Amino acid sequence: MKEITWCPGCGNFGILRAFKNTIKRLVEEGHEIGKFVVASGIGCHGKIVDYIELPSFHVIHGRVIPFLTGLKLANPELIAIGFAGDGDQYNEGLDHLIHAAKRNVNITVFIHNNGVFGLTTGQFTATTPKGRVTRTTPKGNPEVPLNPVMLALVSGATFVARGYAGKLNQLEEIMYKAILHEGFSFVDILQPCVSFNNTWSYYNKKVVSLEKPAKSLEEAMKIAASNEIYTGIIYEERRETLEEFLKIK
Amino acid sequence: MQERLQDESYKSGKRVLLNGNQAVAEAVKIAEPDVIAAYPITPQTPVVEKLAEFVAEGVLNSEFVNVESEYSALSVVYGAALTGARVFTATSSHGLAYMYEMCWWVAGSRVPLVMALPTRSIGAPWNIHSDHSDVMILKDVGWIISMAENAQECFDLTLIGFPISEELNIPYSVSYDAFMVSHTAEVVEVRDVELPKRKQAYKILPNSEFALNAVTVNDARHKARKTLMKDLENSRRKIEKIGRCFLGEDFSLAEKYRVEDADYVIVTYGGWSGDFKDVVDEMRDEGVKIGLLKLRFLRPLPEEELKEISGDVLVVDRSALYKFGGMGGEIKRIIPEAKNVIAALGGYEIGYSEIKALVRRFVSGKIGEVEWYP
Ligand SMILES: Cc1ncc(C[n+]2csc(CCOP(=O)(O)OP(=O)(O)O)c2C)c(N)n1
Ligand code: SF4
Ligand SMILES: [Mg+2]
Repeated sequence: MKEITWCPGCGNFGILRAFKNTIKRLVEEGHEIGKFVVASGIGCHGKIVDYIELPSFHVIHGRVIPFLTGLKLANPELIAIGFAGDGDQYNEGLDHLIHAAKRNVNITVFIHNNGVFGLTTGQFTATTPKGRVTRTTPKGNPEVPLNPVMLALVSGATFVARGYAGKLNQLEEIMYKAILHEGFSFVDILQPCVSFNNTWSYYNKKVVSLEKPAKSLEEAMKIAASNEIYTGIIYEERRETLEEFLKIK
Repeated sequence: MQERLQDESYKSGKRVLLNGNQAVAEAVKIAEPDVIAAYPITPQTPVVEKLAEFVAEGVLNSEFVNVESEYSALSVVYGAALTGARVFTATSSHGLAYMYEMCWWVAGSRVPLVMALPTRSIGAPWNIHSDHSDVMILKDVGWIISMAENAQECFDLTLIGFPISEELNIPYSVSYDAFMVSHTAEVVEVRDVELPKRKQAYKILPNSEFALNAVTVNDARHKARKTLMKDLENSRRKIEKIGRCFLGEDFSLAEKYRVEDADYVIVTYGGWSGDFKDVVDEMRDEGVKIGLLKLRFLRPLPEEELKEISGDVLVVDRSALYKFGGMGGEIKRIIPEAKNVIAALGGYEIGYSEIKALVRRFVSGKIGEVEWYP
């Protein structure tokens, strides 16, 4: 396993810890370790697969989801998990998210949403707040940020959650349920980037835990649209997966 | 040549310490594009950041669009260029691969634009370091492709790219090695020049009766491609004329370095040409009649200079196409006995002593038709 090269204090450490604990729990509960496969995009987040002892794939920038879709359809018995960045998934590869939600293949993606291109040292992404000064927006970002949770909901994702790299117990619970969910699971994880977008104190103050998932899509949309930053499982629904439709499962 | 390019008569600008990326940005500032769009990728990112800074400081009056992908970057500038706007974009490696479809579309539409391409390896496996795999995929699309050796050439070749592209209605790329050129600072003469106003073959404006790129039956497509490729082949005189106007009378598509009486000639392009020139000097001191031809443009190919070579030829490439390096195979069409080395992909470090050993092997006749190094 490689030496960890993330900046000290990076939110990615929390995500890594929560994920390792989740896998441990799943294995203790009887899931075969050999069934787990991980893939990551390009960015600081992408290094996570080098720090996990599971078979792993580095995928080109933005393409984690279609890669996992193919992998899963050819090997329905595998548990396919992806890690992507906000730049990776919400900029370069945004279309795949919408189609995966609509297609409902049984894979899970965790998005390390730090509101910045970390690896290329701090440029604006689709989730950078309006007005924010970054290295490519010295006059302030002129665009409104994307709301990933809302996008996943309207696209038809059957498991939608928001986690926070600073709330590990909750994040573990979300990861655990996301992986077990039958269908496309989408988890946006708020991840402070200490070097280019340090949101630790902001999120520590702002983040509110959601007691339980919404009962309807409508309610979920309200939660997604709220000014409060709710974390937790926001929406879950059981719908026929692509594998079930194709009878390959 | 480097010194001659900075001949006194052209020294009207200021001399500043710039790396290749910053030199490109300085030249773009002079061209003052109406629209700039780009998506970050190492090693291109600092060009875009510098331009964003110029815009924010108010020293560059351009619309700057932070797009969601490279595909979008080239599409945005294409849309702007069709209306007569001067435009600029920049990318590298996978970014170029991702915008590849648009590269063809832009060329086929005969739209002038300038793109900086610090050259980087293309995966897999993942690698952010220098080789010329990316520029080679652009080579036969129908673009003018210049290749800078150092920061000064980054500035110069970017500057003249605008009028050249606009004169010929062919997109123009300025390429330069990742890190070795893109991130290495040198003293650069920032020329104090004004570029002519943008011109182009056609524009689409609200009152234009124009339907661009409608579905064609085969003759229109055939004719369009034929005209583009012929125009590119014949673009040499116009490129040189513009180059000489801005950079001095010595400007040409290739730099001849001590080739006059040479028994051996190395053909190179890009950042390591300087190391090879040093080897040439050292071996000349030892009495070996050796010289170097540096390709400043890959498209159009400087065929006249290649045909003039009389000695044994070694083409050194930093990319691999089928059987030959990026330029080796096609230079063999002109010089059938030329030897070819494919060296140092993915930023593999090749030092001066290794370069010298390679050249010595060539001079002693020990290099086969094509060899990989290492
Ligand atoms: C096609 C392509 N374009 C651009 C890049 C350059 N690139 C590498 S990482 C990255 C941004 C990563 O940002 P994000 O996905 O948010 O990951 P983070 O580093 O923030 O974890 C970019 C633009 C690339 N690798 N490939
Ligand atoms: S740059 Fe930001 S995201 Fe990348 S390792 Fe450092 S803190 Fe983490
Ligand atoms: Mg990010």
